Amino acid sequence: MNGYLFSPFRNLLNISIISVSTICRISNVLLCNVTDRVSFWFVVTDSSKNTTTVPGSEVEAAIRMNRNRINSAFLLSDKTLQFLKISTTLSPPVEPSTPVWLIVFGVVLSLIVAGIVFLVVSGIQQRKKKNKESTERENLEEKGEVTITTENGIPCETLDLKAGHINGVFAADDERFTSL
Amino acid sequence: MEKARPLWDNPLQFVFACISYAVGLGNVWRFPYLCQMYGGGGFLIPYVIMLIVEGMPLLYLELAVGQRMRKGSIGAWKIISPYLCGVGVASVVVSFFLSMYYNVINAWAFWYLFHSFQDPLPWATCPLNSNRTGYEEECEKTSSTQYFWYRQTLNISPSMETSGTVQWEQALCLTLAWLVVYLCILRGTASTGKVVYVTASLPYCVLIIYLIRGLTLHGALNGLIYMFTPKLEQLSNPKTWISAATQIFFSLGLGFGSLIAFASYNDPSNNCERHAIIVSLINSTTSIFASIVTFSIYGFKATFNYESCINKVILLLMNTFDLEEGSLTADNLSEMKDYLMAAHPQEYAQLLPQLKNCSLEAELDTVQGPGLCFIHAGFVCFINCIIGLIFTMEAGNYWFDIFNDYAATLSLLLIVLVETIAVCYIYGLRRFEKDLHTMIGRKLNWYWKVMWAFASPLLIISLFIFYLTDYILTGTLQYQAWDGTQGQLVTRDYPSYALAVIGLLVASSTMCIPLGALLTFIRKRLKRERVSTVA
Repeated sequence: MNGYLFSPFRNLLNISIISVSTICRISNVLLCNVTDRVSFWFVVTDSSKNTTTVPGSEVEAAIRMNRNRINSAFLLSDKTLQFLKISTTLSPPVEPSTPVWLIVFGVVLSLIVAGIVFLVVSGIQQRKKKNKESTERENLEEKGEVTITTENGIPCETLDLKAGHINGVFAADDERFTSL
Repeated sequence: MEKARPLWDNPLQFVFACISYAVGLGNVWRFPYLCQMYGGGGFLIPYVIMLIVEGMPLLYLELAVGQRMRKGSIGAWKIISPYLCGVGVASVVVSFFLSMYYNVINAWAFWYLFHSFQDPLPWATCPLNSNRTGYEEECEKTSSTQYFWYRQTLNISPSMETSGTVQWEQALCLTLAWLVVYLCILRGTASTGKVVYVTASLPYCVLIIYLIRGLTLHGALNGLIYMFTPKLEQLSNPKTWISAATQIFFSLGLGFGSLIAFASYNDPSNNCERHAIIVSLINSTTSIFASIVTFSIYGFKATFNYESCINKVILLLMNTFDLEEGSLTADNLSEMKDYLMAAHPQEYAQLLPQLKNCSLEAELDTVQGPGLCFIHAGFVCFINCIIGLIFTMEAGNYWFDIFNDYAATLSLLLIVLVETIAVCYIYGLRRFEKDLHTMIGRKLNWYWKVMWAFASPLLIISLFIFYLTDYILTGTLQYQAWDGTQGQLVTRDYPSYALAVIGLLVASSTMCIPLGALLTFIRKRLKRERVSTVA
């Protein structure tokens, strides 16, 4: 099983190191310290320079750049394929230019302000209409043409039936009175 | 010519106003916590007893006073006795303090609502640290939801002394919350009467949606079983009864003067006795209903944490001892741990500090409760908004907790006690009974009379004594501060100026009552002297 995995890995490493430094021609990936779990150490040699190994920093840089391709070759992910000493960089979350919450806040705020303005303006208009009506009524009263019945200073129209409620104590109970 | 007092359009608006006033965070949040702490299903016994002995009578009293006197809190108590004008003022002061800090909760709600319009939710994952190699350190130590709350919402400072600056995002949300309030109260009962249809029914819609969602969550049943299993031995604990009494008292919102104001907009023959019973029953059943919702969600959270803990332990053991996939499961975990301890003692001993002991009970026990908590209109809204900016500062949440714990509690108990004594003994119970008979048309039941005259005042006095002794005995008051470096809450002492503010909060409302009586007394004296000198 180990051999099955290592040859594509070798090929990939070849390609990735070639892309980093175009000068060296790599042909050997030597494996050592193989364990039961699929884990291994490796060094990369430069066949053109006989026994020198490619420095670790270059290998690290190559792997960092091509991490995605190495992962997908094994059908693994950053969590299941781990390179020691190469810490994974997590992808940053997608952030839109204006934060979403400000947009929603703006919408709600404009609705509320519109509601307040509407109520205030309609209140002013109603008061103007009422003033006009009361001045008209006063003029009519002066002419003596309309008498408005008032009860305790409250005009009878406002003492509407909806505010009244028959009180059981005072309601005339026909049976209490002797019939004529 | 006196302007007619505005009326509710129909009695339903009045009932809805009372319901939307009484049903609030106390029902959803505090009651489930108390229920679970003081005996689960058994807590319902003291709760119902307190409801009958304390809740219904006091609610009926306030509604009856408002409906009879047809004036708000200050005017109503002036009519009962001129020396009692201080009671109304004290109610107004307490209401003012409450509105100052309570609307901040609405600001937080708006903040979370506006942030819900993205997938994934911002509190679902931790943000990355500066070089993108992992998650933020503070977020690693605690969970992503707590990090979002303490760092990204509140940006809380490590203690009360460092107040920091005003957080502009929170200030914006607070302004919006106050604009909404202004919109609702702008036209008096005409606007409030329509608004209460929404504010009374919307919480129930939301609760039903949460109930359906919560019950379908994995592990919901664990939470419900944990909460409702009766632990009847808690009934012998006096704290159980005190918590039940306190919960009923504050949940109904007695003593703020709002109930008196609502009832004063009723027409005089409204049957407020029936409404008092209906409102208090609805309030309590909502508490029980909401606790089902809350605890199914708590059960899910506890089960999730417990299973993550177990999975971490399993992963750790499998990696260390190179075991096969599937050989370790949650069921055989303890046996396998014993076997491994026997088979590989040194490696197991090395691993032991990292192996956490996962317990579902412990996860459910970590459920924390809140503290006891609770061109005119525009001016009030504006002032409150400006003062409320204090709570949007970095140390703002600590000031919020001070207001929540101390602004209303003692003062309300005193106010309602004075109210009950005033109606029964100063105005006269027999006179009040006659007024009610004229208003409603039915005779007052002996039950209400006994409760008003004896039971409720005695209960309030005992609650008052308990809280005073509790405050005195605990010595220095302490608060919970968020420590970002550890990723958890730590206990600290209040600085001296915070203690001064607490004293001022309690004194400013309670002192109104004796001051009001004193002022009236002085004014009457001066008038008498003036009359006598003139004569």
